[in-house]
Amino acid sequence: MQVTMTVNGEPVTREVEARLLLVHFLRDHLALTGTHWGCDTSNCGACVVWLDGEPVKSCTVLAAMAGGHEVRTVEGLERNGSFDTLQRGFMACHGLQCGFCTPGMLMMTRALLDSNPDPSEQEIRDAISGQLCRCTGYASIVRSVQWAAADEAGTRASIVDEE
Amino acid sequence: MRFVDNDRKPLGHGRMLRKEDPRFVRGKGRFVDDIQLPGMLHLAVLRAPVAHARVVSVDVSVAEAHPKVKLVGTGATLAERGLAWMPTLSHDVQAVLATDKVRFQGQEVAFVVAEDRYAARDALELIDVVYEPLPAVVDVRAALDAAAPLIRDDLDGKTDNRCFDWETGDRAATDAVFATADVVVTQDMVYPRVHPAPLETCAAVADYDAVEGALTMWCTTQAPHAHRTLYSLIAGLPEHQIRVISPDIGGGFGGKVPIYPGYVCAIVASMLTGRPVKWAEDRSENLTSTAFARDYVMRGEIAATRDGRIRAIRTDVLADHGAFNGVAAPSKYPAGFFGVFTGSYDIEAAHCTMTAVYTNKAPGGIAYSCSFRITEAVYLIERLVDCLADELDMDPVALRLRNLLRAEQFPYTTSTGWTYDSGNYEATLHEALRIAGYDDLRREQAERRTRGELMGIGVSVFTEAVGAGPRRDMDIMGLGMSDGAELRVHPTGTAVLRVSCQTQGQGHETTFAQIVAEQIGIPPADIKVVHGDTDQTPFGLGTYGSRSTSVSGAAAVVVARKVRDKAMLLASAMLEIAVTDLVWEKGRIQVVGDPNSFVTIRDVARWAYGTGDLPDGVDGGLAAEVHYDPASLTYPNGAYVCVVDVDPGTAVVTVRRFVAVDDCGTRINPMIIEGQVHRGLTDGVGMALMEMIAFDDLGNCLGASLMDYLLPSSLEVPSWETGFTVTPSPHHPIGAKGVGESATVGSPPAVVNAVLDALRPYGLRHVDMPLTPSRLWHAMTREPES
Amino acid sequence: MQVPAPFDYERATSVDHAVRLLDRLGGAARIVAGGHSLLPMMKLRLVNVEYLIDINDLHGELGYVRVEPNRVRIGAMTRHRELLESDDLRQLLPIFHDAERVIADPPVRNRGTIGGSLCQADPSEDLSAVCTSLDATCVIRGLAGERVVTMDEFYRGPYETAVGPAELLTEIRIPLRRGGSSAFEKVGRRAGDWAVVSCGVGVWLDGDMIADARVGLAAVGPNTTGIPAVSQALRGRPPSEELYVEAGAIAAEHCTPVTDQRGTVAYKRHLAAELTTRALRRAVERIGGEP
Repeated sequence: MQVTMTVNGEPVTREVEARLLLVHFLRDHLALTGTHWGCDTSNCGACVVWLDGEPVKSCTVLAAMAGGHEVRTVEGLERNGSFDTLQRGFMACHGLQCGFCTPGMLMMTRALLDSNPDPSEQEIRDAISGQLCRCTGYASIVRSVQWAAADEAGTRASIVDEE
Repeated sequence: MRFVDNDRKPLGHGRMLRKEDPRFVRGKGRFVDDIQLPGMLHLAVLRAPVAHARVVSVDVSVAEAHPKVKLVGTGATLAERGLAWMPTLSHDVQAVLATDKVRFQGQEVAFVVAEDRYAARDALELIDVVYEPLPAVVDVRAALDAAAPLIRDDLDGKTDNRCFDWETGDRAATDAVFATADVVVTQDMVYPRVHPAPLETCAAVADYDAVEGALTMWCTTQAPHAHRTLYSLIAGLPEHQIRVISPDIGGGFGGKVPIYPGYVCAIVASMLTGRPVKWAEDRSENLTSTAFARDYVMRGEIAATRDGRIRAIRTDVLADHGAFNGVAAPSKYPAGFFGVFTGSYDIEAAHCTMTAVYTNKAPGGIAYSCSFRITEAVYLIERLVDCLADELDMDPVALRLRNLLRAEQFPYTTSTGWTYDSGNYEATLHEALRIAGYDDLRREQAERRTRGELMGIGVSVFTEAVGAGPRRDMDIMGLGMSDGAELRVHPTGTAVLRVSCQTQGQGHETTFAQIVAEQIGIPPADIKVVHGDTDQTPFGLGTYGSRSTSVSGAAAVVVARKVRDKAMLLASAMLEIAVTDLVWEKGRIQVVGDPNSFVTIRDVARWAYGTGDLPDGVDGGLAAEVHYDPASLTYPNGAYVCVVDVDPGTAVVTVRRFVAVDDCGTRINPMIIEGQVHRGLTDGVGMALMEMIAFDDLGNCLGASLMDYLLPSSLEVPSWETGFTVTPSPHHPIGAKGVGESATVGSPPAVVNAVLDALRPYGLRHVDMPLTPSRLWHAMTREPES
Repeated sequence: MQVPAPFDYERATSVDHAVRLLDRLGGAARIVAGGHSLLPMMKLRLVNVEYLIDINDLHGELGYVRVEPNRVRIGAMTRHRELLESDDLRQLLPIFHDAERVIADPPVRNRGTIGGSLCQADPSEDLSAVCTSLDATCVIRGLAGERVVTMDEFYRGPYETAVGPAELLTEIRIPLRRGGSSAFEKVGRRAGDWAVVSCGVGVWLDGDMIADARVGLAAVGPNTTGIPAVSQALRGRPPSEELYVEAGAIAAEHCTPVTDQRGTVAYKRHLAAELTTRALRRAVERIGGEP
């Protein structure tokens, strides 16, 4: 069957099997390999993208179901070659190590800041609670999001530590 | 809101942002499953549905007839090429595809190669395998029973399921102490089977070029050079015709060290089809067939004086190695470094006996940041110490302080023969207690107890042994555990460092640039770190056991100093002055007493490749290479404090706080060290409270998905509190020790100790991990579980 | 990652269209809404589907929370996230907010629907306990029109509901009664996990006495267990700690948990009691004005 959707602002049309999962459509058909997969049971969240502006697990959405809708991936986060604040925040606060969960984390936390510009630590942890990270221990991801929120609010300050 | 400034751009060690981050935050990482090659096919593996069975027949005719299928391979296919079995990293053999029997649920039986991964998956169902089920050995304690079915009938003359026996320490001296000790506490404890579960599963793309007779293998491997050598031995390909590329890897944690059958199948498939073949395992394959970790059943005994002086440790261990012995450990260390089970204490005698057995489960044992079984050793000693504290009614911190090795005792050789290089354990512990506010916590606990609230404080003090290792003592399959490093400075003064190890997220592209920058004064931004490609990097044994900083990092220091030494000689020619009249000031070489007379490292580089005079005996160019044989292991250590609250009505544990003070010697990048520690602490919470690869009585794996094998989310862990002390290693050129696994080693006993401390009103001496609510509730109420 | 076997895809444009498609395509056709129950099972090849009927376009028609004087009507396509964020529900039926906070996780809640959850009829499914405790009714539409069934009638067995092969669950109706409130308690081994046990409670007071109370438990038997014995024991009695504990004991007696990786029979029975007690206490506190 043919499926047409908008991905990162661009319309795309492809011939696919009905059973093709959205994550594979993005990775294998559109070569947007920034979105990853890491499990079989919709638990890990490495595959999170936006569907009509909402974070979803793209391993549990058919490409066919996304037909006629808008999808946004991590590749669509940067604007004209400039990093999104969250991307800068993750880099500033060591919010990534192997980078495998990072695209999903970025998409989820971008949605969070869009609807809640000043989230508490608990709200950040709640927001990413459906996505696993095996490297960072989550605290630096929380800090990365707080950095971005403060940066967007103009309230970010840095301190120099003793080392 | 205030943040630590991580963007300090040091000329060497210090806080700096990671050079590799930009591609990852843009989704431009290059992971193995991202690789698309023209004509590439997809391989899927058919796996055994039962734990132990004879393979009666394998019919692939229907699968082969599938229009999108190009090739189907069975054990017979591989046997024709002598590839049905392959050596493991532990001098055992492992089936690549089953020929006679399957020996664990999930074992590889056949493979399908198809045009896309969906078709490959469909075709698996078209393969008809007839099994004759056999009774399975699932309970490790029954593996050596007379009636236990024989698993390894493929080994000539094998009559039982014994894998090996091992012993360390002094039995006579230890028994003598136990015989006369005031107090002896005995405690059985299990470190359950767990799995490293990196977020990226294992994968490979094999591309065999029949015209050149050359194989290129992209692979999620933590040891590309070792894999190359082994493929050459297994597949009979000349090693110089094999290139293994470990691109970006989504976490390794030891699970990506072994060669897995899927890799070998992909290579064979590429050879037979003449096209690139990709194998990307799904999560259930990862959890059921790749290297598990731990699975030690331990009986521990601790002998002490009445006033709390620990005198001896004795332990007997039953080790479950699964169906094949595939542990990645130095060959003279079949039980890894478990011998450090005397921990951080001054103990006069110790002895360990160990029996390793085969069971009908996946092979493995050494993985998940264990530092070669030090997770097990530290768990044993730190639990025993708490059990002793409970027996003596002594504060567990006071008991530890009474027995910790003192700074002046280093270097210290333990009663099992391990020589710890340096440490100031008391300072490390006191720093942890200070950050935690230990006395206040005890006061708070006392107050909460009056209200029936269950608050617990757990402590763990641990010593690690990392950086394998000296080549005469440490090898894997005869390959000495040295690492290489090559440094080349270009005419314009930027540089390229090629290292043996590679990263799975530890930040080597940054930290190794910093290591070199510290030595030669070229900014880290101007130093490219090349890693992971065997064609482009020197031979080494890979990244695991926290050896990157200890061994490859040391190699990088040594090679940078060689370059610096040559730079000094070149500068002497440039300035026409004796080398002895020059002094190095990170990045510039100046004349003693005349600071205006100097050349920069960039100037030297230009000269090296230019037309100017060279000193006698010195050639042009500015480069060096080394092959570094570490003199010794290095010994990081730490002290951790964990605070938990247990809900008395539901037995649910909440980790309220975790304080981790680590001593990894010289610190290269504090931001990255903190990240490594945070990860290990999360591992510890996971293992202590929720992780276990369980099996039913038939050997069916109950931890085959992330719905069943639970990993901590952001809601199970607190905001970590970290600190540090620094006792440099005398064996490392810059005194660094390695830190990647420290927190995974030290945190599980801290969490378990905390939970049991919370449950003191219930008089519990020990409960095995994972401390699930159900298990804890049964322990608290004494209600039998079945 | 595992992937489904081949199937054909249809997209429904209206409820009636969906019902007609189901009728035409027969037993080999399945509805997919949020997909987070069905698609994972299809990926693991635990269920075979020849035709998948996507009803996500029906969210306009079936995604709503409508407050009427005597009842709340929730469209079957309402997403978990919408239930979590509904101020009306939070005010009138706080049990929904309690439950949705601990159901699955944020991206899953963006897709999963109440209809999908109820129709999956997993014995561990939390909204079933919620609806049972609120004495909800389910509106089912077929070719012949609509019918309304109680929660008891809705569940036929594990993974089996009263929704017939050519029918669609369209709406869940929750009666609103004076003087009541509700609460939900859940124990899981980790955030987002299925419940070890979860408990939903609805309590209604008449003056100082309990006029009615309903308890729904999940993960303690083949289907969500509503426990009439608890209601009987509580009616006409003043709320008190002792009463909550007594109700908990009755709940524990009247459920049939099994031992599995989440917990033993004994522990689950204990939780049934403990969580019933806690949920009752909380619901009564809410009637008294506490959050």
